Amino acid sequence: MDFLITLWVTFKLAFATTLILLICGLPLAYWLAYSRFKLKPLVEALVSMPMVLPPSVIGYYMLVLYSPRSWFGAWLARCFDVRLAFTFEGVLIASVLFSLPFMVQPLHNGFRSLSDTLREASYTLGKSKTTTFFRVLLPNIKPSLITAIALTFAHSIGEFGIVLMVGGNMPGKTRVASIAIYDEVQSLNFAAANQYAFILFAVSFVLLTIIYTINKRNDTWKLL
Amino acid sequence: METIVIDIEKDLIGTQGNMTLSIKASIEMGNLVVLFGDSGAGKTTLLRILSGLTKPDKGYISIGNTVWFDSASSINLVPQKRDIGFMFQDYALFPNMTVSENIAFAQKQPDKKQVLELLERFGLDQFASRKPAYLSGGQKQRVALARALARKPQLLLLDEPLSALDASMRITLQDEISKAHAYNGATTLLVSHDLSEVFRLAHKVLKLSDGKVQAYGSPDEVFIDNRISGKVQITGNVVKIDKQDTFYLLTIVTGMNQVLKVTAFQNDVDDLHEGDRVIVYSKAFNPIVIKGR
Repeated sequence: MDFLITLWVTFKLAFATTLILLICGLPLAYWLAYSRFKLKPLVEALVSMPMVLPPSVIGYYMLVLYSPRSWFGAWLARCFDVRLAFTFEGVLIASVLFSLPFMVQPLHNGFRSLSDTLREASYTLGKSKTTTFFRVLLPNIKPSLITAIALTFAHSIGEFGIVLMVGGNMPGKTRVASIAIYDEVQSLNFAAANQYAFILFAVSFVLLTIIYTINKRNDTWKLL
Repeated sequence: METIVIDIEKDLIGTQGNMTLSIKASIEMGNLVVLFGDSGAGKTTLLRILSGLTKPDKGYISIGNTVWFDSASSINLVPQKRDIGFMFQDYALFPNMTVSENIAFAQKQPDKKQVLELLERFGLDQFASRKPAYLSGGQKQRVALARALARKPQLLLLDEPLSALDASMRITLQDEISKAHAYNGATTLLVSHDLSEVFRLAHKVLKLSDGKVQAYGSPDEVFIDNRISGKVQITGNVVKIDKQDTFYLLTIVTGMNQVLKVTAFQNDVDDLHEGDRVIVYSKAFNPIVIKGR
């Protein structure tokens, strides 16, 4: 039973992370691709930070931020009576931040790879920015979109350090498969570790195979 | 008659150094105007400024009674609000849509009949459900032209619409543009490097040089020296200059892709080089060759 609950928490976290990032990542990637804001490199650097930082660094800062002694934690506790440290919601926020570049970068590259004249042509045909976004830009970055979703999902499933830092290892709440593996190995329970490990391996492998299959198929209708 | 008034200035950073685009022109509406000039003269930028995709530094643009741009009173209509059709040099067809979807996307109101009519007019019937990736360059150009026309715009801006076509296709499509213009009545601005295209299509020529208007008028007024009254005038490019005993033999390829052999004397060829544009006049029996402007 524990096994299934842990997997449920793992996939719930990955689904929720991916969904939130899809909703926030699309406008952010669009903005990064087309804005002429002077401080854009700063924003780009911030978005990419989780790629290079050890998860423990972000986990540490998240914990500090969640603490009732910080202004944010105090504000949350005072206004909403919410404490985020060692909760699923707390892990989810940390996971969203940590997977941000895996969603935003493929989308950003996708938008950048489209010729500017596609957007401009749509504008001269009287179409608003919103219509252009949904009917011209988004359908033409489908491979990037699929890559972004699959990478974010796979990365969220595989996340270890930040979940451990922020969520601990609470069965049914914050215990995810990657942490369970570590835990089972520590208690020399190799059979259970093997089950978790195999499922994570298989899911990631299938996801990446899907990405490469789709990208290969889409090669033929790139912009000419 | 209503006119399009253009009076704009914009500093450009180009490949051949910086330049100020400074265009003053008044174009009678309903005309087919060819923008002519060397590359880097500012033709594409002028089209982009008219469409609202590029903002001039200062100036004024109005079409009929509508002001599109006025830096003095901070008016700058977005491209969506300007009633235009723009055909891009790279066609900018939407790769996710089929040929007929590309055309239908451009319409103000969905109108299947008009899509079919445009498909037929441009010989695209059998490609209607193909994606742009599976079209040849010439087919793409026709789709782009059909799409620009689908909105029935007031002003049609065509950036080198026929550059990718071979000679016979070029002439067919020149006729199409001419017909489309007559059918639609839209004022058309067309960028071209090709003199034969100018003479076949243009009511008026706006000749640009280094970002300034060098001449505006009918093709005859702009290109033909009216001090000479020739009976037959042919424009073309010199492709070969052969020295014979006492005279020269020029090989000239005309805009219609005919090859002419013309004799010339030493003083005629003094400042002629291969590649030069020339006008050949036939006066009485002897053709006269002079360097084109």
